Amino acid sequence: MRLDQRCIVDMIKPHSKVLDIGCGDGSLIDYLCRDHQCDARGIELDMSYVTQSVGKGLPVIQGNADYDLQHYPTNGFDYVVLSRTLQAVNHPKEVLQQMLRIGRHAIVSFPNFGHWTLRAQLLLKGRMPMTTVWGKYWYETPNIHPCTMTDFVHLCEVEGHRIERWMAIDEQGERAPWRRYVRLANFFGEQALFLLTR
Amino acid sequence: MVISEKQDEICEPNQDQMIQKLVFPEGILLESGKKIVPLEIAYQTYGQLSEAQDNAILICHALTGDQYVADVHPVTKKPGWWSKMVGPGLPIDTNKYFVICTNVLGSCMGTTGPRSIREDIPQPRCWGSDFPAITIKDMVNTQKILVDFFKIKRLFAVIGGSMGGMQALQWAVSYPEQVYSVIPIATSSFHSAQNIAFNEVGRQAIFSDPDWRDGEYWRYGVTPYRGLAVARMMAHITYLSEDALNRKFGRKLQESIKASSLPIFGEMFQVESYLHYQGSNFVRRFDANSYVTITRAMDWFDLSQTHDGDLVNAFAHVQSRFCVISLSSDWLFPTSRSRVIVQALNRVGARVSFVEITTDKGHDAFLLEEPDLDLTIQGFLAGIEEQRRLENHAS
Repeated sequence: MRLDQRCIVDMIKPHSKVLDIGCGDGSLIDYLCRDHQCDARGIELDMSYVTQSVGKGLPVIQGNADYDLQHYPTNGFDYVVLSRTLQAVNHPKEVLQQMLRIGRHAIVSFPNFGHWTLRAQLLLKGRMPMTTVWGKYWYETPNIHPCTMTDFVHLCEVEGHRIERWMAIDEQGERAPWRRYVRLANFFGEQALFLLTR
Repeated sequence: MVISEKQDEICEPNQDQMIQKLVFPEGILLESGKKIVPLEIAYQTYGQLSEAQDNAILICHALTGDQYVADVHPVTKKPGWWSKMVGPGLPIDTNKYFVICTNVLGSCMGTTGPRSIREDIPQPRCWGSDFPAITIKDMVNTQKILVDFFKIKRLFAVIGGSMGGMQALQWAVSYPEQVYSVIPIATSSFHSAQNIAFNEVGRQAIFSDPDWRDGEYWRYGVTPYRGLAVARMMAHITYLSEDALNRKFGRKLQESIKASSLPIFGEMFQVESYLHYQGSNFVRRFDANSYVTITRAMDWFDLSQTHDGDLVNAFAHVQSRFCVISLSSDWLFPTSRSRVIVQALNRVGARVSFVEITTDKGHDAFLLEEPDLDLTIQGFLAGIEEQRRLENHAS
């Protein structure tokens, strides 16, 4: 399990019902099912990941965050997780709405486009930033909706989503020290993690 | 096409005596309200039923399949139709599971069907075309009689491809508490207009054979071989993908054909002789009335029909874990149909896994060598076994 996924696990109460959107190789739901007594399920776009996950006995379906969430029942889950995927969906606002319809809580993580190194690259070189997370040229990246932590907070305000917890995470997935001010975290945090409720 | 074999005794064929079956004198009440009395169920089992009776897997066969899943077929002498999947150490491991497969109601390998003797009349004779119309649910109810006979309270899994997948879905809907998990493969929750159309062409081919004789061919010691073979040839095309056919045959000519000659009659391309071979093989082991009866049952299938036309309502009370599997090059039951099933299951909050196996072999791929299919089924079974252990542990 990736280190940033540990921070996600910390936000989830044991014995919960969890839907992980973009569950990749299924390691988070695997952990939640086995060691956190959860009923966890996943959606993944990449069929090879899906086959791998189902082959491990995990309840994963091949699907798309943009189109398949509408088929899930309202209040069907306690938590709906979207980790490192928000920036790659077509309709981030609608996906968030769906998450908070399906689940009582939404957990969202994304690479923070407001990190100072990205700002510096854009400012000094005048080019789209390239880091380990944003490791592709602008024309190749699947990240079509990058945002900063401040942007995300703004969206939550507009949409009326309550932010229960937030944190900045560094590239290794450890919790970063910027805990007080979103603006500071937005400058120094490489990844952002939010726990939302309706 | 050459069909050399001619059976003299068509009603109750000779191989019947070596078929394992049970007779249920009380018979079965069909969905239509008609009764079939008595009911014979032919079946094969593999592995041992555990003391707790919790390791039984029911495998449901497709339209022209039968109960010989993993052992040599008594008529064709070929290996069982899923011998790559079912057996000791294989994905459906008979060292672990007790596997049951019944010949479906209306078929012709021992379970009561049009070729069986009808005993509820003063002078017993072949059912023939008097055999009543049946449904997929009737097939499932027949299987349930056998499962109950084995005193199995809950099947660990019901697995089936194509029409077998329809039965698997029907099991989950009709007997939710009796099915722990379901693996519907390359199937659909309903037969589409296109599916029905293909079946109708097959039936019309049979009806237009002079030996069909209004379905009473068995009285005259003949069978509509040509019609049945054409039906099979056409259906066989729908089981394959264009890519698979191209890879196998392309535009290759028969060896006897010279590039300069252009025959109108007789076989010219290799794909033609392949289809003829498929057709002639099939008629040796299958009954025309059974083909008509079972294709009708498939055409009638629509899980939502008795639930206000809404599949979500049909699934409202399911308790099983599902592993829906589609095949990327299957155009008979394409992936979009599996998605319909998955979406409806999601709406009722069912536990569902869904995989599309990437293959270019078409609908029949589930019967062929597909490592990802093996991995999926094996992994899913292992996963739900662990879940059941955790559940038992928790309760």
